[in-house]
Amino acid sequence: MSALNTYILRIADDSLILGQRLSELCGHGPAIEEDIALTNVALDLIGQATSLYEYAAEIQNGGKTSDDLAFLRLEHQYLNTLLVEQPNGDFGMTIVRQWLFDTFRLPFYEALQQSKDAQIAGIAEKALKETRYHWRHSSEWVIRLGDGTEESHYRVQEALNFLYKYVDELFYMDDIDKEMIEKGIGVDLESLRPAFNERLKHVLEASTLSMPAYEWKLKGGRVGRHTEHLGHILTELQYMQRAYPNLQW
Amino acid sequence: MVSSDFIWKLLDEVPDPEIPVLSVVDLGIVRSVNVIDEKNIAVVVTPTYSGCPAVKAIENSIREKLIESGFEPSITTSLSPAWNTDWITERGRERLKAYGIAPPVDEVDKNVLFADAPVVPCPRCNSSNTRMISQFGSTACKAHYQCNECLEPFDYFKCLK
Repeated sequence: MSALNTYILRIADDSLILGQRLSELCGHGPAIEEDIALTNVALDLIGQATSLYEYAAEIQNGGKTSDDLAFLRLEHQYLNTLLVEQPNGDFGMTIVRQWLFDTFRLPFYEALQQSKDAQIAGIAEKALKETRYHWRHSSEWVIRLGDGTEESHYRVQEALNFLYKYVDELFYMDDIDKEMIEKGIGVDLESLRPAFNERLKHVLEASTLSMPAYEWKLKGGRVGRHTEHLGHILTELQYMQRAYPNLQW
Repeated sequence: MVSSDFIWKLLDEVPDPEIPVLSVVDLGIVRSVNVIDEKNIAVVVTPTYSGCPAVKAIENSIREKLIESGFEPSITTSLSPAWNTDWITERGRERLKAYGIAPPVDEVDKNVLFADAPVVPCPRCNSSNTRMISQFGSTACKAHYQCNECLEPFDYFKCLK
């Protein structure tokens, strides 16, 4: 598999897995508006994943379709970050996970729009507009819950404490990234940290939450080493294609 | 040889599947029409939102319309430049409002986190005294509002830029 291919799959898998996670909440949101909001975000993410998988399938040129990439890979072949596969937990956990991801995706897509690969740049341009809505929505909730009641403050702080160890992996880079950056296709993720931290700080202050004190970091997703949760997600995500191979909607 | 204007007029008869008062031309999702010869017509369309489930339905409607009229269409999708709500025609905006959906209003700077939501006049009574219920609505392109004067809940076709 080419570096470009891997690069695209990493972005696509983040979108697909988080989209799948959020879609679990369809019909289970804490309020009708939130149910609709979270499934709207899920739809955007799955849409972004679709565009990326279609492109990956095209350049892979081995007769694979975007559906093959989404539905027929094994656990270790998915390259999403560990953050997006974490369970929804309570609403605070869902929102904090979303907020951390959106806060990363915003400067990421901003930079990816400049990609020399026209297809990737086009997908980023489109996705950025959607991500602004997602980020606004999740940030507002973090503030509302953090600066809310004692209970809501406690819960989102706990969620942040739990999820913070997965944040650093969003900035994971290896030879794949190096090659993509050299070719002007990929983004130097290290350069996004100031914008990310600034945005994080802004919301944290308004929400009266505090940054977790620990330095512990977990990674592995980008090279296919996942937490136990991904397998469970895939059994549901892939069920139809596994039970009825080549099923067409 | 058929003119591209003629094809544009045909496409203007293809309704959006979610908001049937709008044609796909009103919505600004037909990006270009290229008349290759007497039969072959190339149409480029663009999705409103990445995950919009109506995209395939729209492509099919366009294809059917052109086949019905004796053409052989080829339809491709283009993502860049990304669709934005400025591409909705003036007539499209009027039709949205008449249908009970508030058309997009220019929003304040989105980079400011708590920039106020835009003032969206109620499509029923025109009052500006409205409030946002949720920035996500019944479809990806809409937000959920309510009028404080006439109490009508309504959809707002949100501004995407």
